[in-house]
Amino acid sequence: MIEIVETPIDYQAVTETVRTHLAGAVCLFLGTVREMTGNRRTTALDYEAYPVMALKTMNDLAAEARRRWPVLEVAIVHRVGHMDLGEISVVVAVSTPHRGDSFEACRWIMDTFKEIVPIWKKETWADGTEDWVHPGLTLPE
Amino acid sequence: MVVVIHLFAVARQLAGTPSVKVEISEPGTVEMLRTAMAEALPALRDALPRLRIAVDSEYVDDSFVVRPGAEVAIIPPVSGGSID
Repeated sequence: MIEIVETPIDYQAVTETVRTHLAGAVCLFLGTVREMTGNRRTTALDYEAYPVMALKTMNDLAAEARRRWPVLEVAIVHRVGHMDLGEISVVVAVSTPHRGDSFEACRWIMDTFKEIVPIWKKETWADGTEDWVHPGLTLPE
Repeated sequence: MVVVIHLFAVARQLAGTPSVKVEISEPGTVEMLRTAMAEALPALRDALPRLRIAVDSEYVDDSFVVRPGAEVAIIPPVSGGSID
């Protein structure tokens, strides 16, 4: 299951899609909307995707995870649009025969996701300002 | 040839438009696209060197040759959060 959705993610249902009798381990990751970043307080987030490329790179991630670890099933679901504090923005679920690989594959997928998948977030701060989050990009005032 | 470039996130915000049309020679390189974009969208000029470009959903470097009908997009740095 590799999807981009616009409504709240049923992470239990997503997890069920990777469950198999061949697995001794299922690792589930949830990305959630966090309130504090340093001293700044977030009131909401908006996620935007470049859909065709995002789905392609998400599928590439799943394929690469399968090459690196004995992954049985993998699900990656990212939500786009407006989200409030605590809501789930992304779900990654991986099943493997043994638990070490499930932790590693899940972590690798999520870490690499944040490097290559064209999905961006815009913070709405408590002071009302909004910023796109682009690490390493400093813009003129 | 006319190339349509799709803009996302801060690139769209700076440019004030979700896409821009530029004219380059056929075939042309991604580097030529960058030059044409900097002229067409001065607001994007400073950020442009740090914005990646994707052609048909693949990241490409500046020497990549663009053919008519290719889908081109500006990909600002991606990250939804930090490791720590």
